[in-house]
Amino acid sequence: MMPRWLVPLVLLAIAAALPFGVSTYYVQFIGKAFIMGMLAMALNLAVGHGGMVSICHAAFFGLAGYVLALMSPGYDPASLVLTLPVAAAASGFVALVIGALALRTRGAYFIMVTLAFGEMMFFLFHDTDIAGGSDGTYVNAKPEIAIAGHRLLDLASPLAFYYVVLALLIATIVLLTVLLRSPFGHALAAARDNERRARSLGFPVYRIRLTAFAISGAIAGVAGYFATAQFGFVAPEMLGWHLSATVLVMVLIGGLRSVTGPLVGALVLIGLEEVLKASTDYWKLAEGLIVILIVLSMPNGVRQLWPLIFGATGDAATRPARVPAEANHV
Amino acid sequence: MSEVALSATALDKHFGGLRAVSGVSVDVHVGEVHAVIGPNGAGKSTLINLLSGELFANAGRIMLGDADITRLAPDRRARAGLGRAYQKTTIFPKFTVHENVRLAAQARSPHRLRMFGGVGSDAAVRARAAEAIARVGLAGREAVIAEALSHGEQRQLEIAMVLATDPRIVLLDEPLAGMGQAEARGIIALIASLKQGRAVLIVEHDMDAVFALADRLTVMHDGRVIASGPPQEVRMHPAVRAAYLGDHGADA
Amino acid sequence: MDLVTFGVQLLNAVQYGMVLFLVASGLTLVFGILGVINLAHGAFYMLGAYLAYWIATYTGSFALAMAGGVAIAFVVGLLLETVFIRRLYGRDHLAQVLLSFGLILSIDEAREILFGKDVHSVAPPAWLAGSFQLTDNLSYPVYRLAICAFCLVVAALIFLVVTRTRIGMIVRAGAENREMTRVLGIRFDVVNRYVFAVGIALAALGGIVVAPVSTVFPGMGDGMLILSFVVVVLGGIGSVAGAAIGALLIGLTDTFGKVFFPSVSSVLIYVLMAAVLLWRPNGILGRREV
Repeated sequence: MMPRWLVPLVLLAIAAALPFGVSTYYVQFIGKAFIMGMLAMALNLAVGHGGMVSICHAAFFGLAGYVLALMSPGYDPASLVLTLPVAAAASGFVALVIGALALRTRGAYFIMVTLAFGEMMFFLFHDTDIAGGSDGTYVNAKPEIAIAGHRLLDLASPLAFYYVVLALLIATIVLLTVLLRSPFGHALAAARDNERRARSLGFPVYRIRLTAFAISGAIAGVAGYFATAQFGFVAPEMLGWHLSATVLVMVLIGGLRSVTGPLVGALVLIGLEEVLKASTDYWKLAEGLIVILIVLSMPNGVRQLWPLIFGATGDAATRPARVPAEANHV
Repeated sequence: MSEVALSATALDKHFGGLRAVSGVSVDVHVGEVHAVIGPNGAGKSTLINLLSGELFANAGRIMLGDADITRLAPDRRARAGLGRAYQKTTIFPKFTVHENVRLAAQARSPHRLRMFGGVGSDAAVRARAAEAIARVGLAGREAVIAEALSHGEQRQLEIAMVLATDPRIVLLDEPLAGMGQAEARGIIALIASLKQGRAVLIVEHDMDAVFALADRLTVMHDGRVIASGPPQEVRMHPAVRAAYLGDHGADA
Repeated sequence: MDLVTFGVQLLNAVQYGMVLFLVASGLTLVFGILGVINLAHGAFYMLGAYLAYWIATYTGSFALAMAGGVAIAFVVGLLLETVFIRRLYGRDHLAQVLLSFGLILSIDEAREILFGKDVHSVAPPAWLAGSFQLTDNLSYPVYRLAICAFCLVVAALIFLVVTRTRIGMIVRAGAENREMTRVLGIRFDVVNRYVFAVGIALAALGGIVVAPVSTVFPGMGDGMLILSFVVVVLGGIGSVAGAAIGALLIGLTDTFGKVFFPSVSSVLIYVLMAAVLLWRPNGILGRREV
């Protein structure tokens, strides 16, 4: 068994070496799975760490895609440096507005309100003429970084695209880890575990949650931006709640209390879908039943299996609900 | 006369047609334990919730020192110097003792919501947390997960959290509820020590504890204050004897 | 807008709101009593419409389609409660959301296997097939009026059952104080099973009733689910009267929104929801402090 600190380095080395071992199809497939993993990790900042079960993150994901599509000049590539921040900011801002309203409610209400506002975003693009209405629209050229006409980075190359996504994935993991270990992250976890106590200690619970929700929305936007760049296409379905719910499944599979769990969940679910699609016409039926089975049999996700493999870990912000040894003596 | 830490004037609170609290005024002084007593349904819990901001008064005014906090949300009141413990112990059950108290200390730190740097890196916060833990007698138990503590220890932990926010006034809602005699003695001594340099308001049913602790007593009945003053005066007050103390008062 | 057109739109709004109430009351009943948030509610609305189409096609009778569709939905509800839903009592909302999402995926695929994914229409019963001639070029279908009348009857029944009967009392007591009713010796497992089945049957009934005036298509359940949620958010969780108010508000907003502000009509109900959230976060008839 290798030492713990070595595990991420080995995984990173494998991910970095991957394009040299598999076909372009799989490089793109893994890239897509990484993007969904980013979305799932972003969502988990709200759901697992913030205790806010949101079903509208696809709206933030898709919105950033639309921003890229609308800012792309016809058949020429858009500037990555310009469009990515705008897309992330747009998603973060919409998350801020939706969160500001939804966080006036709790529990099941919050779920319903986020679902409804997410669908509002869907209908906004579905029922109006913005960017092709219900048909969606193409992004004909992948964004690039260029200085004075000289291309520094061109996402049209599958290899470059893969490494950019990998870099962003790592950046997301680092960002979320730092955030969750910070005073803010602990305050967020405290508000999740006992809202009343957090408030009576002096934590502005609403503001803390709203901030986390907006950050989560902005990261979801970054993921959506790259998903759109990869497909070269964006349609209202990308904002729909079926995607939001699917990403929630990834979060549940990966486990709610860790940073990278949802990434594992994304890889597992996307891999599973690929296998199911290849083996049966009725893959959605099978997927639905598998989702039900996971919910019923593994309330804490496949993460339940983790301690058996890696041993237990984590501090207060990420600690799963477990009974400590002392409890036996009371 | 000592300094008034918290002053509530003519508070009204009604739920629909029910007047839970009506025209209640109370002054809590620094260096004193002020006990609020009264039969069930007298409005004590409503009063403490009005003071801490969990309920808003329909009328009246609440001053914390020179600051008007009548319309402030609970978190703003906490940052202004008001700390509270609940009737049902309210802690972060999955966090360790140290993490619980550190969070409380963090809430009063200027960096309470900083988004970078480990949560343990603030030396001032760590020191205040350690001091509060030692003060309530939980030293050595820092690494225990809070939900594994005994009922009495959880009470101590909650008080440590309140202390770590460095409040000018502490509100305690039935701190002795559900506690054994030995445990209660420890908590009573702890509460008595809290009034050094700050004000304490306590709602409690245990009359022995109340008379042992209180420097001042307010008696509520049907949402109103029927008597207020030093315990010995209040004990003799005819309205109090009639409405509340009953036989207990007559025997005394 | 002249008076006749206004009247027609008003009728449309009310009819739409009534159907919405039918479906949303099932949702709010299941949530209020079982504490389960069921995303698959809309899927049963869709399933009801397809069942109506299927039975009506084979038997030629809309009445049979209605009775059969509701009965099938009821039985499916009983089965689902026994097999899946009861395992969700006391679980967190996330588990409920995801299990019901799994149900949606399965139901959607089952529908595709059984009925395909074509868009269908269903003929209203012959005796309700005509229309009233209002002016020279404006008529109003009898069936739409029949929907209003039918939904009114069902709504009245729901109110009667919830407020007047022993079962309704149990149901209300259960929503507010589970412990107490358990002490009284009420068999919660049985009550729960039937409440869930009735909730599902109401969703299916909604789908059956609208089948003749709208088209039957695979995605119809999603839209209805979202609208039902908005109804519940507007009215207040667990409040049947609130659901009625919310449903009518949405019917009016949507219908007149399409007339007056056609370009933004689909967003209007969400603006309405945002306004209610700012005004009363717990819904119009929701309890203030939860």
